[in-house]
Amino acid sequence: MTCRQRRGSLDRGVGRSAIPRGAALLVLCAVLALGGCEKKSGARTAPGPGTGGGSSDAAEILFGEVASLTGPEATFGQSQSRGIALAVKEINEAGGVLGRPIRVITYDNQGKPTESAAAAHRLVVRDRVHVLLGEVASSRSLAMAPIAEEHQVPMITPASTNPRVTEGRKWVFRTCFIDPFQGRVMARFAREELGLRRVAVLRDVRNDYSVGLANFFVESFRELGGEVVSDQSYSAGDIDFRSQLTEIRARNPEAIYVPGYYTDVGLIARQVRELGMKVPLMGGDGWDSSKLYEIGGEALEGSFFSNHYSFENPDPVVQGFIARYREAYGEVPDALAALGYDAARLAADAIARVGSLERAAIRYALATTRDFRGVTGTITIDENHNPVKPAVVLEIRNRGATFAKTIEP
Amino acid sequence: MNARVLESWAWILFGLLLVGLASALLPSASQSYPMYVAGLAGINVILAVSLHVVNGLTGQFSLGHAGFMAVGGYTAALFGTRIISEYKLMYISEPVSDTILFFFATLLGGAAAGLAGLLVGLPSLRLRGDYLAIVTLGFAEIIRVTIENVEVLGAATGLVGIPPLTNLFWIFFWALVTFLFAKRLQESTHGRALAAIREDEIAAEAMGIDTTGYKVRAFVASSFFAGVAGALLGYYLTILTPRDFTFLKSVEVVVMVVLGGMGSISGAILAAILLTILPEALRPLREHTGVDLRMVIYASLLLAMMLLRPRGILGRQEVWTLLRRRREEAEPEVAP
Amino acid sequence: MTEFFQHLVNGLSLGSVYALIALGYTMVYGVLQLINFAHAEVFMLGAFSGYYLASWLPPFSREPRFVVVLSLSMAICACIGVVIERFAYRPLRQSPRLNALITAMGVSMLIQAIGQLPFFMGPSPRFFPELLPNRTLLSAAGVSLTTLQAVTLGAAVLLMIGLHRLVFHTRFGAAMRAVSFDGRTAGLMGIDANRVIALTFMVGSALAAAAGILVGLSYPRIEPTMGVLLGLKAFVAAVLGGIGNIRGAMVGGTIIGLVEAMAVGYGSSSYRDAVAFGILILVLVFKPSGIFGKAVVEKV
Repeated sequence: MTCRQRRGSLDRGVGRSAIPRGAALLVLCAVLALGGCEKKSGARTAPGPGTGGGSSDAAEILFGEVASLTGPEATFGQSQSRGIALAVKEINEAGGVLGRPIRVITYDNQGKPTESAAAAHRLVVRDRVHVLLGEVASSRSLAMAPIAEEHQVPMITPASTNPRVTEGRKWVFRTCFIDPFQGRVMARFAREELGLRRVAVLRDVRNDYSVGLANFFVESFRELGGEVVSDQSYSAGDIDFRSQLTEIRARNPEAIYVPGYYTDVGLIARQVRELGMKVPLMGGDGWDSSKLYEIGGEALEGSFFSNHYSFENPDPVVQGFIARYREAYGEVPDALAALGYDAARLAADAIARVGSLERAAIRYALATTRDFRGVTGTITIDENHNPVKPAVVLEIRNRGATFAKTIEP
Repeated sequence: MNARVLESWAWILFGLLLVGLASALLPSASQSYPMYVAGLAGINVILAVSLHVVNGLTGQFSLGHAGFMAVGGYTAALFGTRIISEYKLMYISEPVSDTILFFFATLLGGAAAGLAGLLVGLPSLRLRGDYLAIVTLGFAEIIRVTIENVEVLGAATGLVGIPPLTNLFWIFFWALVTFLFAKRLQESTHGRALAAIREDEIAAEAMGIDTTGYKVRAFVASSFFAGVAGALLGYYLTILTPRDFTFLKSVEVVVMVVLGGMGSISGAILAAILLTILPEALRPLREHTGVDLRMVIYASLLLAMMLLRPRGILGRQEVWTLLRRRREEAEPEVAP
Repeated sequence: MTEFFQHLVNGLSLGSVYALIALGYTMVYGVLQLINFAHAEVFMLGAFSGYYLASWLPPFSREPRFVVVLSLSMAICACIGVVIERFAYRPLRQSPRLNALITAMGVSMLIQAIGQLPFFMGPSPRFFPELLPNRTLLSAAGVSLTTLQAVTLGAAVLLMIGLHRLVFHTRFGAAMRAVSFDGRTAGLMGIDANRVIALTFMVGSALAAAAGILVGLSYPRIEPTMGVLLGLKAFVAAVLGGIGNIRGAMVGGTIIGLVEAMAVGYGSSSYRDAVAFGILILVLVFKPSGIFGKAVVEKV
């Protein structure tokens, strides 16, 4: 009792005794959370990962997906996730692979590389997935790739275009174009088909995809004898691009290459017209979304972009995908959804071809993919684990994209 | 006096022993997911404790911790990709050489960040409260924009190919060093001067404390450890990108310090661990809800904490003083 | 020279957007010394309420419809502002300021996270309907100005004048200034500080809604994270001008807008964001309380 009084007078605090209890509770929570995790994984990872051995006891095939479902780039991550979910749903409805259903475990990364690494780690070490799928941004795929390599789990990135994602890696594949190819496609189209000489570039510096495309476009366009008269930058999420466009207008280009995402391109197109420029815009597969026409409106008429497929393609694979996606989500799929869809189907196809869940076997099957008929083209995986497939150039007319030209790799 | 010195050295040795034992006995970070998360938590502990020195102890409000982390991280990473991957020290085996060079790289990262802290701190620590927050935020943003534009640093893609040398031992080691530094500082004359500045800057000045000098030194030390954390992160993930060093990262660290209780080292550590584990532990929730609610939960929890317990988890107290008090409280009941 | 005038027009119109948002930051700061991070989210909610109102309201003639949408969104956001203040900030009135700041960040994160959930707004961007026609108003000697740019600029100036009158020529304004100057003494003088603060939040949030709709009109892409970048820039503008000062917000916004435009025009567009922050740091280092801010001498 005396002691309590002394304490009170020293601390001048009321109800201090509650603090240690609260703190102890929180410590306990933390310990439990960590301890709880440990037990489970200890029970599971008995054979020791890294051997690449299959957990063939599992009744289902596990796909692990990492996506930016929240954060500033959530819209791209959700597209990827929807594409993958649709593909898996279709495969399961058709009886699964090797008679087993596929289950996708999706983890969010909030658009952060660190979280992507943690999520990939959990998928590979804890959940012991057979195939790792993801991410859209190359920076995040680059954070995941070392984990796939170390634990020898095949990884397919649907939409990371930087060459370094797969370069020198044994276990990482992709279903999208790489930057050098797509940049060259548009440079060739602009130079050879449209006969342009003077082009300006407006790139998104925050986005490695945009920077990569812009760099390779500039390089190729110069090689083909063209001139890049102005090279400006913006940051994803900006709303005002008039200052950059004013600089571009002063150089009098014949076209503007804007290899960003549809979220920004619509606004850019509007401001191009507001400044009185009538030149066409050009871009890459990041443009492919119905949102582009909604936001850009008439400002985009007569512009061109490179893409994996054309909506007019009569191929039933393409038309069926578009119809089913629309039915499931009530909107037209964008390029990221199509790439996610193909990545999941490619993985399932590889497992079916090799008839095994051994990770090394799946890897081998992926590496030897020949003429896989995906929505985004007929895919053959080359020695650098990149798909070899032609690109199409689309022209925007009447708020929609129409086929303009196919360019072979 | 001598006994106290001896005791504190004993504690340091004990801590080092514990770190060594823990990293020897526990599974390695790459083989076990909980350990991997523990590594991330350790890095966050370094960040939180280092920011505590500025925010909690000195009462200055810095919103630019991510910037110093980036300076340290990129400096160490450049050293890693240019030197460690290419060269090796003479006469010793490669792993040993790598380890020595890696330790040097973390020091280098810390030094670079400390230097940045000095450059930022000297002109801006005259500012008070929110203005200091804005200036530090501004510097962090400038650093990020610069990284985005420099090809050598990997621009938007990030600096790849950093050798994976960070392991749990190094993370725990640096967390321990940061912790000991902060604790010893807090209990030293220096620390009391900093606390005086926090309580009342004018009164502290009137007492003859060179407030700017003390603040700058605290700031430099804090930046040093932030740089070390950045270096550790780079060698842990093998990639550094500007996306990891945004304004939000700085906010995250401030939240750790405030949530733990402003002015409490153990509080900051506790909050850092909790806030790293919680989002990871909540991952499976998505299977049941269909959408990712982690951000919603994080924000709600933060709000609830601030409204129901504005002092933070521990307030200004430390775990060890609380434990000691418990013991003292228990004793008199036995004695009479 | 043409480019210079075009950059001037661009800078002014972007600056007016920053200024509009900065006004809300500065008002709350003036009264509470709180950086209201949730202001950017109220701005976003303003744009979205405009979006939903415009799709629900029956089509009738254009200009009255715009006015109805604008005033309804302002009313909605005023309520949201009051609710945020009542439940998130008022309980913390006596706590250290850093706690209130963290709470503000928490509110901001929560609104964003909830907004991104698919059954609310969802993460994908939306097209803001054309409530007002957008034409090229002026296109002389290569300098072009659109109607919406002019409307935004005009609205910013009008709102600032209105706000100035409210603060300096009404009883409420006098009460506001009294609370801002010394809350305790104001309370002793019979001013209900809580009411004044609630009203301040109302006005600030209504302004944010107006800014949201004007931004939605000129830049017709709205998404739950639209407040983050703009909010940060606007906040920087408020600090640059001297936070807590209404004229300062206006001037700060204009300066940031102009500096950004000129940085692109005569420097490098890739370093544009760094330039804005660089200017801020320079100003603060030489004039620690912003351009119009008064240096407060602390008494012992």
